[in-house]
Amino acid sequence: MSLLGYLGSLCLLSLLSYANKKIWKPSVRIRMRKLSYSLAINEALHQMMDSDPSVFLIGQGVKSPWYVGNTAKGLLEKFGPERVIDTPVSENAITGTAVGAALAGMRPVVVHPRVDFMMYAMDPVINEAANWHYMFGGKSSVPVVIWGIINRGGEQGAQHSQSIHAFFAHVPGLKVVMPSTPYDAKGLLVAAIKDDNPVIYVDDRWLYNLEGEVPKETYSIPIGKGIIRREGKDVTLVSTSYMVVESVKASEELGREGIEVEVIDLRSTKPLDETLLFESVKKTGRLVVVDGGWRTCGMAAEVSARVSENVFEYLKAPITRVTLPDSPAPASRILENEYFPTSKKIAQAVRTIFKE
Amino acid sequence: MTAYSKSVLEKVYRMMVRIRLCEESLVEPILNGEVRCPVHLYSGQEAIATGVCFALSAKDYVFSSHRSHGHYLAKGGSMTELVAEIYGKEPGCSRGRGGSMHIIAPEMGMLGSAPIVAGTIPLALGAALASKIRKEKKVTVSFFGDGAAGEGVLYESLNFAALRRLPIIFVCENNFYSTHMPIKECRPENSIFKIGKPFCIQSYKVDGNDVLKVYEVSKKAVEQCRKGQGPLLIEFITYRMRGHVGPDDNIQGTHTDIRSKEEVEVWRKKDPIRRFEAFLIKNKIFRKETLERIDREVEEEVKEAHQFSKKSLYPNPNELTKYVFKE
Repeated sequence: MSLLGYLGSLCLLSLLSYANKKIWKPSVRIRMRKLSYSLAINEALHQMMDSDPSVFLIGQGVKSPWYVGNTAKGLLEKFGPERVIDTPVSENAITGTAVGAALAGMRPVVVHPRVDFMMYAMDPVINEAANWHYMFGGKSSVPVVIWGIINRGGEQGAQHSQSIHAFFAHVPGLKVVMPSTPYDAKGLLVAAIKDDNPVIYVDDRWLYNLEGEVPKETYSIPIGKGIIRREGKDVTLVSTSYMVVESVKASEELGREGIEVEVIDLRSTKPLDETLLFESVKKTGRLVVVDGGWRTCGMAAEVSARVSENVFEYLKAPITRVTLPDSPAPASRILENEYFPTSKKIAQAVRTIFKE
Repeated sequence: MTAYSKSVLEKVYRMMVRIRLCEESLVEPILNGEVRCPVHLYSGQEAIATGVCFALSAKDYVFSSHRSHGHYLAKGGSMTELVAEIYGKEPGCSRGRGGSMHIIAPEMGMLGSAPIVAGTIPLALGAALASKIRKEKKVTVSFFGDGAAGEGVLYESLNFAALRRLPIIFVCENNFYSTHMPIKECRPENSIFKIGKPFCIQSYKVDGNDVLKVYEVSKKAVEQCRKGQGPLLIEFITYRMRGHVGPDDNIQGTHTDIRSKEEVEVWRKKDPIRRFEAFLIKNKIFRKETLERIDREVEEEVKEAHQFSKKSLYPNPNELTKYVFKE
């Protein structure tokens, strides 16, 4: 079995329970059917490229499933090489090209099949795209989607396993979305393409085979709005992307022990849905933040700081973070198992709060 | 004698003088502290911005670098908004948020300038790709200096432009200095145009202080791009009469120019405006008095731009974070 298939079936197993719970129902009910996370992305691209001739896809490997899974399936055949542009490995120039095309009125989606390689594109993303609207006093905007796929695990080591969404959330002028379900994968990609600002779209290959209900219609999910995946009164568990899967699993385990966990999926790490976050903490009085990135100056630090600043008086216990350690990703599976947060580690962190 | 009408030649002369006088008018406000943002004066290189932009139509795109005032004016940007921007005022072309290094005139196809060396080269590539996808036959010019030839993204961009046959002209203004570094300390050979060859890009080296020559080679390049025969690379040889930033290198106002007086003098004799003026008078196209009248009109325009800017309001501090996102 290929690595992807193996990881996919792992996801599927852990998500069967996740998808079946009462926690959340999409508001659009018509023409709903099951779709995988990666095909939900694919459908968003098809629909947006169909409805708007200014949308195009550019990046390394867009015609190769080896790079982008089936997210680009059928696009080249339907829209041709003028709008589905496979490129040499030139991340800086290619990302800059997408940003420049946006400045000239297009709505490009530029894909980095491994987010690690996006480091080469920091200049066009941060110096140019993020600052552009501000530094020209609003005279020009950058409707570009910069899509980075997290592709970790499988003994791939430090340069094929990074989750760098916090870097981007740090930068003024960028929005960052991290969908955890097929429904969100489609709705947030549509929203990102329609947004007039640069949006960093971060997905995780560990979610690609996850199936869920997805409407056939084109719909957007508002960027900056989180969602409650499971309601609870004892503790708030905040996470994004694949960590939502592990958090929901942890919440079920804890539920059997009598701890009622509220799981919040932020969906966007910038802007952050403070209202949802604060309301939940006011209710539960306890906060555990789970993030698939590093600890220092990471998303978990930011969420913790905001809660401390704004609703400190509601806290009954210190805030706890479950993150990657401040260490590069290892290769060997024994070390990998130690490295990545799991539902077990999350559940343990929650239990510790109640013991204290 | 010349293939150009008097009115075109007058416009060319006027544009070069507009750029020169606007740039020189900033020296005093820089030295007395009225202008505080870093200003990279274009004096000495006017023939390139003028010659290239006169070969373009209003719909064509240009991107520029830190030394961009000339490109902005030649592409049709408003002098008043440029000067107001440099003073950090609200009516500036970037509403005082950008300063001298971030100027823009989207309505004229001047899509922006930025001082990260080579940073706007791939952006220009994107604009060229956009017009190719839309089949508009627009041409994009990417202006950059010799220093940008040290950045890897230029080579990535040349490769991708050639692969996709994009309608883009890479314009390298080689003024022999990358900030304080003479080019001989930056490159083993002072022939930047040769970097186009490995990417099968037609490349030229041209006297950048001869405005009509600049115009002619640019016009040909633009026509080729419109026919789908781009990209092209043109290296214009020129010299900046002022420092890298501010009137003198390296620190504004301290007269620490690293270049020898003799070298500056040699290039002063090749001043593109004086050369063009001599050409116009020698060929009896204009009399000296006519050109002096244009100079005086431009002086007046520059004076008004400063007067307007000085009395304009600064941005409202309550609007500090306005424009972070487009709402």
